Amino acid sequence: MDKFRMIFQFFQSNQESFMSGICGIMALASTQMYSAFDFNCPCLPLYNLAYGLGILLVPPFILFLLGFVLNNNISMLAEEWRRPQGQRGKDPAVLRYMFCSMAQRAMIAPAVWVSVTLLDGKCITCAFCTSVPVETLGNASHPRLSQGEIQRVLARIPCKEIYNGQELIANEVAVRYLRCISQALGWCFVLLMTTLAFLVRSLRPCFSQAAFLKSRYWSHYIDIERKLFDETCAEHARSFAKVCIQQFFEGMSTDLVAARCHLPRKAPADAGEAAEKLLGITDRGTMNMALKSWHRCKPPLHLHPPALPTGNGWAGEGQPPMHPSAPRRETAAYYSWV
Amino acid sequence: MDRFRMIFQYFQSNSESVMNGICGLLALASVKMYTSFDFSCPCLPQYNMAYGLGIMFVPPIILFLCGLILNRQSLVMLEEWRRPQGRRKKDLAVIRYMCSSIMQRAMVAPVVWIVVTLLDGKCLICAFSGSVDPDKFVGFANVSTAQVQQLLAKVPCKDDELMRNNTSHKAVSRYLRCWSQALGWSILLILIIAAFLARWLRPCFSQATLLQARHWSNYIDIEQKIFEETCCEHSRLFAHKCILHFFESMRQEIKLHSFALLREGEGAKGEEDLLRGITDQDQVNKLLKMWYYEKPPLDVS
Repeated sequence: MDKFRMIFQFFQSNQESFMSGICGIMALASTQMYSAFDFNCPCLPLYNLAYGLGILLVPPFILFLLGFVLNNNISMLAEEWRRPQGQRGKDPAVLRYMFCSMAQRAMIAPAVWVSVTLLDGKCITCAFCTSVPVETLGNASHPRLSQGEIQRVLARIPCKEIYNGQELIANEVAVRYLRCISQALGWCFVLLMTTLAFLVRSLRPCFSQAAFLKSRYWSHYIDIERKLFDETCAEHARSFAKVCIQQFFEGMSTDLVAARCHLPRKAPADAGEAAEKLLGITDRGTMNMALKSWHRCKPPLHLHPPALPTGNGWAGEGQPPMHPSAPRRETAAYYSWV
Repeated sequence: MDRFRMIFQYFQSNSESVMNGICGLLALASVKMYTSFDFSCPCLPQYNMAYGLGIMFVPPIILFLCGLILNRQSLVMLEEWRRPQGRRKKDLAVIRYMCSSIMQRAMVAPVVWIVVTLLDGKCLICAFSGSVDPDKFVGFANVSTAQVQQLLAKVPCKDDELMRNNTSHKAVSRYLRCWSQALGWSILLILIIAAFLARWLRPCFSQATLLQARHWSNYIDIEQKIFEETCCEHSRLFAHKCILHFFESMRQEIKLHSFALLREGEGAKGEEDLLRGITDQDQVNKLLKMWYYEKPPLDVS
């Protein structure tokens, strides 16, 4: 149990390994999406190129943007970039580091999509079937067809059921040729990406290690600070709400007592905690009134110090005294920044 | 104390076993990649050789680079190599040891790919079908030289219309596959014998230097992990203090300007502490606005 807690803490403290897990999942999702997608080449001269290249290039773009959207740190980066300088300087190296690490992770799923598409071959076959070199692979001297006719026949290569140009160029020969080119492109693309990744990772310790350590520490710090601030604010909101509601109930019971001209009944000394928790509301009518006034007239967001009884009005009457002091506070605040 | 011991044990067991785990995963990924890859030989004279040899050699390079990238120790080794000497001497034996262990682990997946490719045989059949001697095979012996290259190039494609009627293509395939598998098994045997000898004979040579190098390479790895963890903890404490200072300074300012009488020690509940003197909507809004427009300086002295 202890070890699990330690491992969990390790992963949580290490933001990098958590994000690496996310981008591994995105790469898998990308492969799954491709295999689930029902590729349907239109087999018409002009549409083939558009469809093929569209399927090759549009989903990677979507995946890239999705990589940014799903990354929680993007709002942190935007906030750090746009905040006014104030008393804390801004370090562009930190911003660059955050952006680069986010962009690197967002690139993985698109790169996987493009590689899988090229290695599979259907897209390139669909897109470039009209550009097959008929002279070398088939019979260019076939009974003359016009250019347009040839294009229409070649465009049907991916659709084996309707292909009618077997004398012009054999379907299998053309498909094998296109697929070979597609796979070669795919492997070259993967090799290029891997080499780039390797260079980026291995050149960094040789050149800017100190600057890297600094940027990494401060970007991590900004992230933690934001989380802790949110936690502190949540704690504060909780206490605020608790005191506000307590004061509401106290105000209610005091008002009711005053309205009915009853002497406040002192709770017997041995009543215990339960009586205290009732906050002075001990019958149905009073409870209903409390609920109604909670809905109709919520108390203001202003906690008064817990000493003086507030007289005849609701706790809401604490509001007017605040107004005269507010402009004073604003003026004072203005002076403090000079 | 117990906690530190557990952490140390975790880090110690982590380093080697994680690296071996990654190496094994890459080898499995290599086999999976090969089986899911749809090998389709172009069956054209000039393209066959390029395609076949390309499929045999390009993915191993990719797998080797992946093995280097995914191994954390390669970064550690590079940092140790490039760091300025400072007050700690650099021991080249340690760097050499780390380099050799990284290379060994990175070589496993490429070797697995090459061996699987050779044992399967499709790559070699595709690459070298055009280079066999046509006189050895009955079906190709009487064909003109111009045609024979075309025919031989089509041998890997069994469904091609020219090949369907030709019975010699099976002979050529079997011949090439036999060579391919022999090559595959030989390479496997040589590598296993080399690994066995290296591991068995290693204690006979410079065992003491080896133990030292292994200890210090482990040390460098652990030291870096602990440094990162300490930095994480430190930044957490720093952030906590910074935020407390910020709330405190807001509370001071409010005390200074609000003219409200605060009863000191009047039934101080725990909640009042958590409220930190910020008790209404305007104050909260001001705090949040200040947090964005004027973040506190990074100084908690």
